[in-house]
Amino acid sequence: MTTKLLTIIEKDGKAAKDKDPNLSDAELRRVYRTMVQTRIMDERALTLQRQGAIGFYLQALGQEASHIGSALPMQDSDWFFPAYRQPGIMLLRGADLDDIVNEWFGNDGDTSKGRQMPVHYSLRSINFVSISSPIGTQLSQAAGAAMAAKIRGDDTVFMTYCGDGGTSSNDFHAGLNFAAVYQAPCVFIVENNQWAISVPSTNQTKSESMAAKAQAYGMPGVRVDGNDILAVYRVCKEAVDRARKGGGPTLVETVTYRMGSHSSSDDADRYRDAKEHESWKQRDPIERFRKYLEKKGIWNEEFQSEIEESFKQDLNDAIKRAKARPKPAAATLFDDVYLQPTQQLIEQRDELLGLEGPESDEIGEFPL
Amino acid sequence: MTLLGAVTDALKTEMRNDDRVVVFGEDVGKKGGVFGATEGIQAEFGEERCFDTPLSECGIIGTAVGMAVYGIRPIAEIQFMDFIYPAFDQIVSEAAKMRYRSGGEYTCPMVIRTPYGGGIRGGHYHSQSSEAYFCHTPGLKVVVPSTAADAKGLLISSIRDEDPVMFLEPKRIYRTHKGEVPDGEHVVPLGKGRIVREGTDCTVIAWGAMVSTCEKAADEAAKQGKSIEIIDPRSLVPFDEDIVLESVKKTGRCCVVYEAPKSCSFGSEIAAIVAEKAIEYLEGPVARVGGFDTPFPYSLEHLYMPDVRRVVEGIKKTFTW
Repeated sequence: MTTKLLTIIEKDGKAAKDKDPNLSDAELRRVYRTMVQTRIMDERALTLQRQGAIGFYLQALGQEASHIGSALPMQDSDWFFPAYRQPGIMLLRGADLDDIVNEWFGNDGDTSKGRQMPVHYSLRSINFVSISSPIGTQLSQAAGAAMAAKIRGDDTVFMTYCGDGGTSSNDFHAGLNFAAVYQAPCVFIVENNQWAISVPSTNQTKSESMAAKAQAYGMPGVRVDGNDILAVYRVCKEAVDRARKGGGPTLVETVTYRMGSHSSSDDADRYRDAKEHESWKQRDPIERFRKYLEKKGIWNEEFQSEIEESFKQDLNDAIKRAKARPKPAAATLFDDVYLQPTQQLIEQRDELLGLEGPESDEIGEFPL
Repeated sequence: MTLLGAVTDALKTEMRNDDRVVVFGEDVGKKGGVFGATEGIQAEFGEERCFDTPLSECGIIGTAVGMAVYGIRPIAEIQFMDFIYPAFDQIVSEAAKMRYRSGGEYTCPMVIRTPYGGGIRGGHYHSQSSEAYFCHTPGLKVVVPSTAADAKGLLISSIRDEDPVMFLEPKRIYRTHKGEVPDGEHVVPLGKGRIVREGTDCTVIAWGAMVSTCEKAADEAAKQGKSIEIIDPRSLVPFDEDIVLESVKKTGRCCVVYEAPKSCSFGSEIAAIVAEKAIEYLEGPVARVGGFDTPFPYSLEHLYMPDVRRVVEGIKKTFTW
């Protein structure tokens, strides 16, 4: 059982030669761009929330290497069953920025038609399955989808995510157990960011690590420095390749830190030690990767400002467009409950649409 | 053919017809299920399409959701409806909401087959009728056959449906009910009730094993000069309001019979529909004859379950008030 932490990029940006996955310069720059974009997007969205323009937001601050690095070895035809803290996957896979931003606003351009809170994306265009709030439910679903692909003879690989809190859920057990029993092509990523809202990861388990749990299920379990994108990539590449070749599932624990609060409704300063936060700040995944690129001579200030300026512009444009769009039409409230609406739904819709007088203003846009 | 045999027939028919269909659950493989509903299926279709799972209802339904989202057609068996609760989150938060919450990008066409209901001396955990939880969840369909032919036709429709279906099998009449079942293709649409028997004085609405109890009660009522019409809605969601309202408008009386605890039941919903939409036709109060608001008992099960005596009493209430 290997639960030793794998690290590749040292603090100063040096990478151990025998471990460096040797991605091409173009690929390294693309990955770096995605990490920076993800952080900009997170900052911008939280600001929108603070300004009262959107109702809620949930950042992935500090976890960019963990989720972008793990998603990197996945092919376009592969599927994700995400949790709610992996926004960089959407950018990495080239999702339409409008699809992302419209979801925050819940407007009529939102792929899920304004039916969910911000960050509960559904992006079929990139095989990114609709996100729900209950913790861990995606884990057994990913296992099931992987079982289905195996039954059908497809070579699709499935990747699914949860946090340290998620390892305590029913579906963590069910998902890992089913995936192992049926040797399903599924990679489970536990982003151990140390905190489930205000509860530290030491309250979730007495196991020596999250990766150690893999042993009980009969699958490889790997623990990796989650702030080191090359290490995360290397471990996940092995896991994805193994799954595709019929070698079954893997559990990967990325050891990282939730640099922000749980969500826009939470204030982590009330329960976290500032020193702990500060020590993790020294291990920032983007800064660490930047030093690596700089050492390789493929990063400079110009590259940095180009990424920042062009993305900020794109994002601002998308926000402007999203703000200009209306809410979904009232009648859409009743669509997609079933393929065909029931008699009762049609009756309820007609009754609502037939009402006279102004719509209720009792519920403000952002009551919490 | 028995109702149980019709379930097996439907599964085999659809598995021959659609190679995306897979059947799984606890003991459904070699054993063919604890009641025998999947008997011979693994032998005919192989272990890839009919397989035993680990003992985890949460896992059975969670994986079924993933399979459906990915594009195959899972039919998951939950051995007894009383054991479905570990899967409640997957059913209610995931399967039911997938289409809606993804704006139709992802869908969850799957069937959860589960034996339900009392009358087999099964105590708390092998007897309950918890359909109301699922009827109360938008996005799910809830189907209950009461005859062998309907078991086959409704199950085939459920498998072909594009949305998640809870297919509740009245285990009390699995083997006691026998009837003609058409060979091969036989489809009964969801949302279309059936008139079990015609009558003029009181409409009795019942599903599952309660239908035959109501037929006996109707015979008793006939001796007292009351002509009873019995309606079996076949599916609770979608619910065929028209067939109920049309009947109540004709008879002027309505009695709903079900095994679930009386309060907050789907029977209560039917009573409310009748009150909302046919009150001017009613000549007496709507009666509900259900289980009691107690946990399901063991030794006194015969008192808990609606029987002829209680149904006749319920019918009487619609005449005397």
